[in-house]
Amino acid sequence: MAMISGDTHRLRLIVRYTILGLIAVMFVFPLVFMIVSSFKPDLQLLTDTGSLRAFLPVGDISVNNYLAAFRRAPVGLFIFNSVVVTGVTVVLSLLVCSAAAFAFVFVEWRGRDLILTIILATLIVPFETIAIPLLLLASKLPWIGAEGLTFGWLNSYRVQIVPFVADGLAIFLFVQYFKDLPGELIEAARVEGASWGQIYRKVVMPLAGPVLATVAILKFLAMYNQYLWPLMVVQEETYRPVMVGLQYFFQLNRAWGEIMAYLSLITVPVLVFYLVLQRAFIASIASTGVKG
Amino acid sequence: MANVALTGLKKSYGPVDVIKGVDIAIEDGEFVVFVGPSGCGKSTLLRMIAGLEDISGGTLSIGGRVVNDVPPKDRRIAMVFQSYAIFPHMTVRENVAFGLTIAKMPKKEKEAKVAEAARILQMEHLLDRRPSQLSGGQRQRVAIGRAIVREPAVFLFDEPLSNLDAALRVDMRMELAKLHQDLKATMIYVTHDQVEAMTLADKIVVLNAGVVQQVGTPLELYHSPANLFVAGFIGSPKMNLLPVTVEGVTSSSVTVGSPDLGVAMLPFRPGAVVVGDQVTLGVRPHMLGLGAGTRLPGAVQLVERLGNETIAMLRLKSGQEITAALGGDQPIRVGDRIDPGFAPTAAALFDTAGIALTRA
Ligand SMILES: Nc1ncnc2c1ncn2[C@@H]1O[C@H](COP(=O)(O)OP(=O)(O)OP(=O)(O)O)[C@@H](O)[C@H]1O
Ligand SMILES: [Mg+2]
Repeated sequence: MAMISGDTHRLRLIVRYTILGLIAVMFVFPLVFMIVSSFKPDLQLLTDTGSLRAFLPVGDISVNNYLAAFRRAPVGLFIFNSVVVTGVTVVLSLLVCSAAAFAFVFVEWRGRDLILTIILATLIVPFETIAIPLLLLASKLPWIGAEGLTFGWLNSYRVQIVPFVADGLAIFLFVQYFKDLPGELIEAARVEGASWGQIYRKVVMPLAGPVLATVAILKFLAMYNQYLWPLMVVQEETYRPVMVGLQYFFQLNRAWGEIMAYLSLITVPVLVFYLVLQRAFIASIASTGVKG
Repeated sequence: MANVALTGLKKSYGPVDVIKGVDIAIEDGEFVVFVGPSGCGKSTLLRMIAGLEDISGGTLSIGGRVVNDVPPKDRRIAMVFQSYAIFPHMTVRENVAFGLTIAKMPKKEKEAKVAEAARILQMEHLLDRRPSQLSGGQRQRVAIGRAIVREPAVFLFDEPLSNLDAALRVDMRMELAKLHQDLKATMIYVTHDQVEAMTLADKIVVLNAGVVQQVGTPLELYHSPANLFVAGFIGSPKMNLLPVTVEGVTSSSVTVGSPDLGVAMLPFRPGAVVVGDQVTLGVRPHMLGLGAGTRLPGAVQLVERLGNETIAMLRLKSGQEITAALGGDQPIRVGDRIDPGFAPTAAALFDTAGIALTRA
């Protein structure tokens, strides 16, 4: 009996891991193809696509594509710009959107439902429809910096950051999560003398780990993949992000190897971000341990 | 320490009146219990005292100061919630110290208070655990600990024991009674469990549908319920209520009759009751005994032997069923005809509107 059930158990495990493995392979293949190809010369890269060799580091392997990519475009600068814009936006967005959701869920004030409805309505407005008015606005906005008062935000980090800090989807996710927190926790904190600010910092945010991670991931991906907006508002290389930088490689002579090298390079921050957040995500769930 | 006074207190949610003008005076150091059926407004009333619900009308004062518009943190109250509401991301120590941390109390003093509370509640060994590693009873202690370290003038409890199992509930009930003796603070306690109410309270407030039905000591409520609602709500098993007709009145007695009872003269002031009124006679199961007083003959339908007493359900001539709590070793059996009786002075009589008549 024990033998048989042990065997069926093992069989089940094998089947399960085989299926999971196949799914993992499906997801990993494009990534492998990209990285492997980035080390091959163009001609071999194209002929290899007809066979499994496309996924294997065989033949004429070198880092020439990477060297060429760096010669063609300021790759480091682009990655730096994207990391700055994305990082700052994600952090500000987490703060601003969670604070807004906090006010919508826990604090009572007049007009709160109406304003929340309006914010949620912005979810169905595609960015493309507001891009042009936003461009006009951004080109006229004032700013006080090192050179004193100036007008027009074009060619800057702030024009890539500020419009995306307040985010209807993020607010919506925070609102949903906060509504599910036990109301008596907030009331207990109020009775104990905590101010709204203290309740936000000491009670709500420490319990918001999972939704913070979710919003951070969504926001990171959206910001890192920005293309249309930076294309419109940034004409100078100094502030150009990675996705716009891809244009450098789609000139008359299309160098596939260099494109693969560039793509491999700009994928690195995404992987780093994911690995860091995955650990924080699991830790936050483990430490919360909300249990009835 | 402080007294609490509710004067004409009202609460409505839009057009719905939930608390309909409540007057209660709570003395300093008193243990007051609000009881009533589910949805009668007990929690709402308590939350109004806490400052978690705003007050639609009337005044609330704590320690002689009107606090209608004072935020919860400035009312010198502490509250223990039904769900305990302890912070899952903090250790027990941090939970208990939460209010003190917020008040920026110096570390030494804070630690001393937490240690003292932990000693009183016998949870020193739990201080470094997280709430997820505690049992229900232990979480309840943490919630109480968080309340006592702040030395509030008034403690508010909203059904604090209802999530515990029966045995633990009895233990915690006794501990709460002891805590009240030790701290001598004013405590207001909400429950729908009448045993908790009877055992803990100096004073019980019975609520129904947002209206105070009666305020009194547990024994006052037991022996002299003000109306039919209180009569039915307090006491277990429930008071037997029998419809009877008034057959005669004097200034100090009311004579009633019914097919079950025959005719009985009861020592009550008639008030507005006149001959011919349909009134209600109330007799507690424990007031019934074999072989004495005014008889209620009937056939035994069901017998429950509890050892210390025997609960018998009888069917009277009219078909009405009543409960009698008899001595522990009664040899009665289902189908027996018995005629337990009660002393007229121990009965209660309610007029046509359900209001109790006063004893003469
Ligand atoms: N926010 C609200 N809006 C409308 N009605 C409410 C609201 N909160 C409570 N009520 C109503 O007020 C009444 C009293 O509620 P409350 O919670 O005080 O009852 P309770 O006596 O504590 O009952 P329980 O024993 O079930 O806890 C109920 O009828 C409830 O439906
Ligand atoms: Mg309640």
